[in-house]
Amino acid sequence: MTTDAVVVGSGPGGAAAAEVLVRAGWTVTIVEKGRNHLLDPTAPEHLLGHFSNDEVKFFHRHFLGPDPLIEPRTFRAGPADGEHSLVGEVNSIPSTVGGGGVHADGKVPRFRQEDFALRTTFGPVDGAWVEDWPLRYDELEPYYAEAERLIGVAGDDSANPFAAWRSGPYPMPPGAPMYGATLSAEAARRVGLHPYAAPTAANSIPYDGRPACNNCGFCAFFGCPIHAKGDPVAMLQRALASGRAELLAETFAARIVTRGRRATGVEVVAADGTTSVIGAKSVVVAGGAVETPRLLLLSGLDHPVLGRNLMVHFQTIAFGVMDHDLHAERGRAVTHVHDDAVLVDEAARQAARRAGLPWVRGGLVEHGGPALPVAEAKRYPWGPKHKSLMRSSPMRKRLWAFTMQGEDLAQPTNRVDLDPSVRDARGLPVARLTYAPHRHELVASAHHRRALVEVFAEMGAVGVGVVTSPGVPGELGWEGPSSAAPQSHHVMGTARMGTDPRTSVVDGFGRLHGLDNVVVADSSVFVTSAGYGPTLTLVALALRAASALAGSSDPLQGGAVE
Amino acid sequence: MPVWLTDAEYRTLSAACARLIPTDETPGASDGGAADYIDGLLGAFSVDPPRIWAGGPTSGRHGGARGFEGFLTLGRLEELAWRMRIEGSDGHPERQFNGPVTGWQQRYRDGLASLGSDFAQVEGAEQDERLRSAGDFTALVYEHCCEAMYGAPEYGGNRDGVGWDAIGYAGDVQPRGWTDTEVSSP
Ligand SMILES: Cc1cc2nc3c(=O)[nH]c(=O)nc-3n(C[C@H](O)[C@H](O)[C@H](O)COP(=O)(O)OP(=O)(O)OC[C@H]3O[C@@H](n4cnc5c(N)ncnc54)[C@H](O)[C@@H]3O)c2cc1C
Ligand code: SF4
Repeated sequence: MTTDAVVVGSGPGGAAAAEVLVRAGWTVTIVEKGRNHLLDPTAPEHLLGHFSNDEVKFFHRHFLGPDPLIEPRTFRAGPADGEHSLVGEVNSIPSTVGGGGVHADGKVPRFRQEDFALRTTFGPVDGAWVEDWPLRYDELEPYYAEAERLIGVAGDDSANPFAAWRSGPYPMPPGAPMYGATLSAEAARRVGLHPYAAPTAANSIPYDGRPACNNCGFCAFFGCPIHAKGDPVAMLQRALASGRAELLAETFAARIVTRGRRATGVEVVAADGTTSVIGAKSVVVAGGAVETPRLLLLSGLDHPVLGRNLMVHFQTIAFGVMDHDLHAERGRAVTHVHDDAVLVDEAARQAARRAGLPWVRGGLVEHGGPALPVAEAKRYPWGPKHKSLMRSSPMRKRLWAFTMQGEDLAQPTNRVDLDPSVRDARGLPVARLTYAPHRHELVASAHHRRALVEVFAEMGAVGVGVVTSPGVPGELGWEGPSSAAPQSHHVMGTARMGTDPRTSVVDGFGRLHGLDNVVVADSSVFVTSAGYGPTLTLVALALRAASALAGSSDPLQGGAVE
Repeated sequence: MPVWLTDAEYRTLSAACARLIPTDETPGASDGGAADYIDGLLGAFSVDPPRIWAGGPTSGRHGGARGFEGFLTLGRLEELAWRMRIEGSDGHPERQFNGPVTGWQQRYRDGLASLGSDFAQVEGAEQDERLRSAGDFTALVYEHCCEAMYGAPEYGGNRDGVGWDAIGYAGDVQPRGWTDTEVSSP
């Protein structure tokens, strides 16, 4: 079988690329190693109805995969840990039709102008590989606008004083603010911060044939039972409805088959374990920033930068316990955010100077609360105390949290490679993550947490604490070497883009320097991590990369969304 | 009649669960049927489809059909994973690609035996002492008790929603959801 393009991965990046290619008249085969719990590929308007408000299935029984027994990953903080210090679940994002998009709670802010020119704006940092991107915000803006329209984003374009310029309003107004967020946003404003309604890929009104979100509260870590989340469901539906795309679930891309500087197809392992090659004129790789370098390494691609510069967001989580119920189980997990910690103001500069760094940057701060009672229960001790704690519920009903998605500087030593001994159920080497934060992240975290603690004092919290992910030895939340593994589900940088083939893996349009018809369409290509969730930016980049592949530079070439 | 455990094991497990999440002014693990949840999990493959993932999109508790009751099928690798987790590698070469795996069935069989055949009859303080010395096994039972108590009743625990009622939690809410006012007001 031969197709115009094989797209590896059906997450936000792969779905975006598939939609653009199909629009350009291409035939597309999407291969996805995970199960299909989302839609009928032959009648994509028909949703399978497997998603539900079920904590056991989604949160404790690996429903969306990857199952760590079948597809483990490994982790080490550095070579001193030996081959690996942890085997199992390491920063995994769902492996399922729709990828991480189906269970993310979908905060989808754009990056700022300076994110694409970090070195020019702020300068280099010792021990980190700070570079400019090979494109500017202004070039990406039309693709950002298109991405927001395709996945359906609800937001208020006037609410964030620090936002980059935009060519038009959000497709939908913001949805209802959570009660806890109304309190934390007011308190944040009183201490001089600038909270605003989070731009969210969930419908606030009926949009694109999908209903408005009904605030069920099973949002982060859950598939949406009513498909009010648009990312990437809407793009997959449209690509499949065209009749030019097919979706092969439970199909693992094991190797890109090449001849000279070109790929000729993809070797896949089907659900029944049989291997075959799908011939293709082009290959789009969108397996996410861990599985994409793994596939390229399994394909024998040899590039000194491939897999390196793995970035996550360094998460600083300040939590406050209130004396009353915040009912965080109602609503879309996070409805407010603020950008103040992304700015490099005089106070941040001083904090940096004191630590001997030229500058430090934090990241977007999300205001949210926990909603899941089983997860809460497992954190309490057993016996009579369990009962009283579950009733008074300091860690669920009365807890509020600020999560700062701190900018993580690229370091070549932080990387994804193939584990020397651990295998997946197909017998292939699994991805190993080697990661330790730069001092920049620790200093930024120590500096910006102060404002978060201050907001909790202003809210009247009766108890306040701060933890980080990855954990830091000696600090609250450190539970031994396994907590050195980052929990942030924002992974980036492992096939970075650039103009110089010696120092970057792909060009500014995601095309592999050494293979002319292979395009990477996920956050692997990021040069910097910014302090914002990667999804909208990776979708915008995927739209741009796929448009270039199809020979068009017009992002608005006729996609229909009402 | 337990599905997988012996009657004696079931009695020991029920007594253990009752110490981990005791009944006080609100119902505990015994009232919620935690031992049935665990027994159902250990015997998940005795029915087809196995009782691993409840269906969707609604339970019927807040409108909609009773979709949770129809359990979902597993894919080939998912079945492999869950058999490894529950039954262990048990000598099957395809289950030990990273070495042998001890399944929950074995851990429960050994763990319950280690609590002693008289466990259900001894004093509470003595039961707690034995649970503390069973360390890792007790941690596993406790995790499962938490899932049983506060997870959806279709998995065999949280009988009649007693776990949710005890903590003032609505559980699954689709297709009703929450109104904007319920979301934004105290
Ligand atoms: C709980 C949670 C909340 C999140 N919230 C946010 C948020 O608010 N904002 C934000 O920006 N981001 C958020 N994220 C991150 C978001 O999910 C990811 O950024 C996004 O999913 C990445 O998209 P992707 O298409 O690059 O990769 P993925 O979504 O990871 O999709 C890749 C797909 O490719 C498949 N695949 C990989 N390798 C192969 C192969 N060899 N063969 C076949 N298939 C393969 C995988 O199974 C997977 O389905 C969140 C993540 C989680 C887990
Ligand atoms: S909160 Fe809204 S978007 Fe999120 S899962 Fe529930 S209905 Fe869907």
